[in-house]
Amino acid sequence: MLDLTPSQTVGPFFAFGLPFPGGGDVVPVGTPGAITLHGTVRDGAGAAVPDALLEFWQAGPDGRVPVRPGSLRRDGRSFTGFARVATDRAGDYHLRTLRPAAPSDAPHAPHLAVTVFARGLLHHLFTRVYFPNHVQANADDPLLAALDEERRATLMAVPDGGVTGPGYRFDVRMQGPGETVFLDLSAHGLAQPPAETVETPETP
Amino acid sequence: MTTTDGVPDPGPRTATQREVSAEIATAAGAAPRTDGHPERAYAPYRSTALRAPQRPLVVSPPSLTELSAPVFGAADVAPIDADLTRRHAGEPLGERIIVTGRVIDGDGRPVRNQLVEIWQANAAGRYRHEGDQHPAPLDPNFTGGGRVLTGEDGSYRFVTIKPGAYPWRNHTNAWRPAHIHFSLFGTAFTQRLVTQMYFPGDPLFGLDPIFQSVTDEKAQQRLIAAYDHDVTEPEWALGYRWDIVLDGAHATPPDVDGA
Ligand SMILES: [Fe+3]
Repeated sequence: MLDLTPSQTVGPFFAFGLPFPGGGDVVPVGTPGAITLHGTVRDGAGAAVPDALLEFWQAGPDGRVPVRPGSLRRDGRSFTGFARVATDRAGDYHLRTLRPAAPSDAPHAPHLAVTVFARGLLHHLFTRVYFPNHVQANADDPLLAALDEERRATLMAVPDGGVTGPGYRFDVRMQGPGETVFLDLSAHGLAQPPAETVETPETP
Repeated sequence: MTTTDGVPDPGPRTATQREVSAEIATAAGAAPRTDGHPERAYAPYRSTALRAPQRPLVVSPPSLTELSAPVFGAADVAPIDADLTRRHAGEPLGERIIVTGRVIDGDGRPVRNQLVEIWQANAAGRYRHEGDQHPAPLDPNFTGGGRVLTGEDGSYRFVTIKPGAYPWRNHTNAWRPAHIHFSLFGTAFTQRLVTQMYFPGDPLFGLDPIFQSVTDEKAQQRLIAAYDHDVTEPEWALGYRWDIVLDGAHATPPDVDGA
């Protein structure tokens, strides 16, 4: 195993290096089945973070992980599954995409993988966006099943209407009350479904 | 802090370099992380105070999605994107340099056909960004962003100019060593890395909380490019070599796309 190159902060000046036009438009306006996702990134004091960058990576509605290039120069037809959005002055970000599905034998419920970068963050953070309509799949998801109700809620998109189709809200709290569940994904191997038999404690 | 007439200074108190250097020395005494990455909560870098999570990360095996990565190709990156000196009518000011190296994973396998992105200040230490208030000149012939795809051997190559050091407001008289920001993808989303490349022999290394947030000295050295005379081109540009190692010992993801 070679020694890794250490992480350093993305800093405050990534705006002309990383974001690209249409970074949050994984699909164009009017695409059948499109959903919107938006939210606010907040720090430990609850203040909006205007210099964060979020990346989203996902399977498509067919449960396949895309292998198509073209995220940086979108052709308006191909679903690449990758989005990159910077927060604005109010700490808000916006995304338009298709609902992810899970491969039929996957242990995880449908989700978007998320990476959070920001000034003041020396090493990026991983998290996930899950959707509340997948009740059974969410109940069976090995990550969600391991979290208590309050922490699980930080990974769940909240339906909130939407201007151009079904909309969801997903806020990121970097620190403090309601802190988002961030993940250590360095474990090797693929997740297994939770064990069949779960001990249910007797209610006294 | 008080002013000379004994009245408390009404402005926000910022630490001196001496105070921050003492904090850096204290933090250097703690055991470094075995993976070489910085701790997210690192007091000498003030902005970490409200942005580092307080709860431990939740250990989770990666999902199929996280074991794969976005694919980039010729549609995404034009050849000219790798030359930051040819984006405008004229040549940018500064010392023209070539920065090259390989992106490999922890097992030594090349990361092929994958995206490498950079951004940097100009030769005067000024970013083309509204938030950069450093009173140094902008260069009309330099924007400072570049992209390239790695080759079959994981290699990348940029032509740019050497960025200048620049001041920042972390503490009084805080200056960043000259650096180029790098963004890297591997074959799995879990390998994602954003980091900074530094230049050898910079006198600011010991004073900079961001560089020093990597507390293991050997890991610090992995952030510093090497001058390489074989990369240098006669009568044209100095050459630097910097290899990047991404996390890598994940199981190969199953062929989820069926392609
Ligand atoms: Fe910088």
